[in-house]
Amino acid sequence: MALVAFKKQPDKTSKQPSVERRSVYTTKDCNLWYGNHHALKNINLDMKEREVTAIIGPSGCGKSTYIKTLNRMVDLVPNVKTSGVIEYRGRNIFNKEFHVEELRTRVGMVFQKPNPFPKSIFENIAFGLRIHGIKNKKIIHETVEKSLRQAAIWDEVKDRIHEPAYGLSGGQQQRLCIARCLALEPDVLLMDEPTSALDPVSTLKVEELIRDLKEKYSIIIVTHNMQQASRISDKTAFFLNGEVVEYDDTYTIFNNPADNRTEDYITGRFG
Amino acid sequence: MENAQKSIRTDEMIKKIPVRLLKNKLYKGLFFFAAVFTFVLLVVLLARIFSQGAAHLSWDFLQNFASRRPEQAGIKAAVIGTLWMMAVVVPVSLLLGVGTAIYLEEYAKQNRITRLIQMNISNLAGVPSVVFGLLGLTIFVRVLFLGNSVLAAGLTMSLLILPVIIVASQEAVRAVPKELREASYGLGATKWQTILRVVLPSALAGILTGSILAFSRAIGETAPLVVIGIPAFVAFLPKSVFDPFTALPMQIYNWTSRPQEEFHFLAAAGIIVLLVILILMNSVAVWIRNRYEKKY
Ligand SMILES: Nc1ncnc2c1ncn2[C@@H]1O[C@H](COP(=O)(O)OP(=O)(O)OP(=O)(O)O)[C@@H](O)[C@H]1O
Ligand SMILES: [Mg+2]
Repeated sequence: MALVAFKKQPDKTSKQPSVERRSVYTTKDCNLWYGNHHALKNINLDMKEREVTAIIGPSGCGKSTYIKTLNRMVDLVPNVKTSGVIEYRGRNIFNKEFHVEELRTRVGMVFQKPNPFPKSIFENIAFGLRIHGIKNKKIIHETVEKSLRQAAIWDEVKDRIHEPAYGLSGGQQQRLCIARCLALEPDVLLMDEPTSALDPVSTLKVEELIRDLKEKYSIIIVTHNMQQASRISDKTAFFLNGEVVEYDDTYTIFNNPADNRTEDYITGRFG
Repeated sequence: MENAQKSIRTDEMIKKIPVRLLKNKLYKGLFFFAAVFTFVLLVVLLARIFSQGAAHLSWDFLQNFASRRPEQAGIKAAVIGTLWMMAVVVPVSLLLGVGTAIYLEEYAKQNRITRLIQMNISNLAGVPSVVFGLLGLTIFVRVLFLGNSVLAAGLTMSLLILPVIIVASQEAVRAVPKELREASYGLGATKWQTILRVVLPSALAGILTGSILAFSRAIGETAPLVVIGIPAFVAFLPKSVFDPFTALPMQIYNWTSRPQEEFHFLAAAGIIVLLVILILMNSVAVWIRNRYEKKY
């Protein structure tokens, strides 16, 4: 019996055996401490390319911490210690030789609160190109348009592209931030509750967008919204107190979870 | 008997509202009084200066060098000297001040040593300007043999205002939202790119506001100039930063300390010139700020 309204996806691609897809992120015995606080405990996860992986779990269970570890954004927090290995396409991201700048160029991140720069819409998208030394005006213009189209926001902003990004609505700002990531043609998109600050209509637009983007990108998304996880993800990981309780096909997690705690959380009995 | 079960009595709370409203009014009155008092003082001060000095303002006054005869005395050397000095102070103090602020906020580990340095910088802002004058005298005049030159005075003044610029810049840098930094790092920007393209533009308005106040202080300070031996009676213009010069506050100070009343009026006129320079400088800052903000 389905625990949450869940439409079994008819398209076969998502149900094909995952052996065909290569791993994009492999986490092995990863631990993380904020000072003395043990926030991630022995995480083991294998995430596949061109899939949407949802991370769910109650507040404070370490979802944001984990996703911020994947692009080493967590390095910005003082007194953070990590152990274990996280391989991005076979390379340990904690390895000194793997520059965080490279990692973050290949792996884009969308944050909970839309965070456009206080610049024009155009300059927001161009920012990523400029910091990577791209100066050619034609390339920049083309990429800006392409990214905005990809993020399904071009039609709404094409007449005001040089106006401040702060003038956009929250939902538009979030799609702008997605476009900003796409401009660098990343391999993976990390999204930390990208719709939690948005209204239902904008949320649906972003969800639609995620489903489109999955054709080309691997997406890892943190969400508090069970429906959202079931609607858009292929795999779901359930976090609790810094541990992964269960990681499986989304269909299985939502219909036939192996662990009682997963079931309790999904049916809203706690969390 | 409704109230018996509540631990809070609504009717009692409502009874107290008039007292609270009275307090509300009282404080408004107090702040209004403080503002009026300050304003009146300023007006009196300005009125006195203008009534004494305005008549002596003339093209000749701006064009003439210092003189023993009040009707021939002018302020040219002092105005140009002050501009020369500020041409040293502005770049030196901004580079050092903003650089230090960025180091402390963005690079330094937040440990005990950093906090100690931080506290010392804040305290330096309260050290009397004479002490900075002595420091300048020892280092720049004696050790580096800069004499009573533009450079010696400019560097001394830079030291004097450095703490204020550092603290103001640190506050401005700290106020830049964490989300903006994350956005930049998240796109693969290096720390320097993030500072240059995200942090500094957002902090610029705050940095400028603090720095302008500091520059105004550098223009008006007299004591350090006296200590490092800047002359008040100068009848030539500096040709380089290594030349001796005089500055507006030195000239004004010199005139006020003379017995003849005529010179006191000249001092008032000099103060008006100083105020005009300050206003011009502030306007430039406001202009830069607005221009920069429009880019967003
Ligand atoms: N910068 C930090 N310094 C110290 N502890 C932190 C920091 N950030 C998070 N924590 C702690 O780590 C644990 C995990 O936090 P995290 O933000 O990853 O939770 P979350 O699952 O994303 O929660 P939410 O759903 O509320 O966003 C929490 O106990 C939190 O208090
Ligand atoms: Mg979170």
